Amino acid sequence: MANIISDETIEYVGILAKLELSGEEKEQAKKDMGSMLDYIDKLGELDTEGVEPMSHVFPVKNVFREDVVTNGDVREEILKNAPGEKNGMFVVPRTFE
Amino acid sequence: MAKQYETVIGLEVHVELATKTKIFCGCSTAFGGEPNTHTCPVCTGMPGSLPVLNKQVLEYAVAVGLATNCTITQYCKFDRKNYFYPDNPQNYQISQLYLPICRNGKVEIETESGKKFVEIHEIHMEEDAGKLIHDEWDDCSLVDYNRSGVPLIEIVSEPDMRSAEEVIAYLEKLRMTIQYLGASDCKLQEGSMRADVNLSIREVGAKEFGTRTEMKNLNSFKAIARAIEGETERQIDLLESGEKVIQETRRWDDNKGESYAMRSKEDAQDYRYFPDPDLVPIVLDDAFLEEIRAKQPEFREEKMLRYKEEFDIPEYDIEIITGSKHMADIFEATVALGSQPKKVSNWLMVETLRLLKENSMDPEDIRFSPENLAKLISLTDAKAINSSVAKEVFEVMFKEDIDPEKYVEEKGLKTVNDEGALRKTVEEVIANNPQSVEDYRNGKEKAIGFLVGQTMKAMKGKADPGMVNQLLKELL
Repeated sequence: MANIISDETIEYVGILAKLELSGEEKEQAKKDMGSMLDYIDKLGELDTEGVEPMSHVFPVKNVFREDVVTNGDVREEILKNAPGEKNGMFVVPRTFE
Repeated sequence: MAKQYETVIGLEVHVELATKTKIFCGCSTAFGGEPNTHTCPVCTGMPGSLPVLNKQVLEYAVAVGLATNCTITQYCKFDRKNYFYPDNPQNYQISQLYLPICRNGKVEIETESGKKFVEIHEIHMEEDAGKLIHDEWDDCSLVDYNRSGVPLIEIVSEPDMRSAEEVIAYLEKLRMTIQYLGASDCKLQEGSMRADVNLSIREVGAKEFGTRTEMKNLNSFKAIARAIEGETERQIDLLESGEKVIQETRRWDDNKGESYAMRSKEDAQDYRYFPDPDLVPIVLDDAFLEEIRAKQPEFREEKMLRYKEEFDIPEYDIEIITGSKHMADIFEATVALGSQPKKVSNWLMVETLRLLKENSMDPEDIRFSPENLAKLISLTDAKAINSSVAKEVFEVMFKEDIDPEKYVEEKGLKTVNDEGALRKTVEEVIANNPQSVEDYRNGKEKAIGFLVGQTMKAMKGKADPGMVNQLLKELL
């Protein structure tokens, strides 16, 4: 494996992804990420000089909707997806900046 | 000698667009709905839901870009800005990083020290987040996603401003431009316009910029001015005492008049932007841009020049009236109905401004129609009502946009122009107030004012004071 993922990197990725990994999981994740990056390196061997980066595979552009209200009040349905509900709102762990 | 510092300021201005629906779904953007009643799978980030761009958002963004002399990006895309926070149900905000809709613009501002340009780095389209409410009782947070997906544009300036005065002139300029386009009402207090201030200081003459901080939570022009002053001082104090400015986001507390460092949304700021695969590219041809350009309104500067040429009204009136697109529209429509410009302007400048102030309303909240204002003016022109009755009627009109002709008729407010009836009342007043009559005859000119007042009272206000005055002089 050409790409070695450091402990610091896996720690940082864990913070970004809001994941708490055990020691064992960290080792596994390091290995997985390393092999993913090896694969990317392989792609890097291709000559892409002058090729525009592609973000969409379909030749579709300009899909718009008119500015007209089409949705009604479906609060009850929407709140069924909530982890918890109070006063018509989603309950989440206490969060503040 | 003490070092001379210069403040360097750039702004990030978020503007909520005046669309009826959200940026990527058909939910209403109306304010004040019950929590989560304006939501759907798209704006609550449900798996499998697909966003579709609201065309009006694109048109507003392009219109603002053209009005601020930007280059429009004719091949543009949306990107995902990834972060975890409960106000953001998708765990990413759809925004634009790589190909924002507008770039390289500039607007001219004017302050006491003259005119200058502020350059605009870019304008991008993005979605607003939901609202978090903290529940002390259950020690949890509650989320309302009615605001989630409301369309915003973010206007990013270059660090071209050097004082609070310039910052406010720039914000005013943006606000006027966007209001005239009808793209937003731009109310700072209500959050439809929000400004983040990026500020650094450097020694006068220095080439490099200092380390900047970003200040949030600025809800009024006054708060912005105070925050700029406060942050400039704080940074100078740091440098003078040999410390360093740390690059961070700070929250301004306008009550305390100080700012404090905010805990960042993540310990590490890394948004891992990438193109949003759910939204296809936007390709704008020249014809589309021309179409938007052709729809651009007459902006404030042009309007002011035209008013100066067309209407015989004071420059100050022009400034106030054109300071609100809505007010200018009412002015022009009323004049178009045949009213004399000076009279229309007087109603707007005196009674309207007074009532707006008394009711803490903005000019945008004016509800009376040009038709009714024109009718009121012609009633006074025809001396059908006197000026104090006109003011009374106007107050009702301001509240409920009543038809003044009907109202005057129904309430019997018409001036009594029947000279016989008036003469009789005047004679009675003279008979009942011998003291004042004597005073007047002895040369106390002012005494006549009291007699006019008494006559008006007896006529229940429905007389022409000029005529009363004349009759009194005749009979005395």
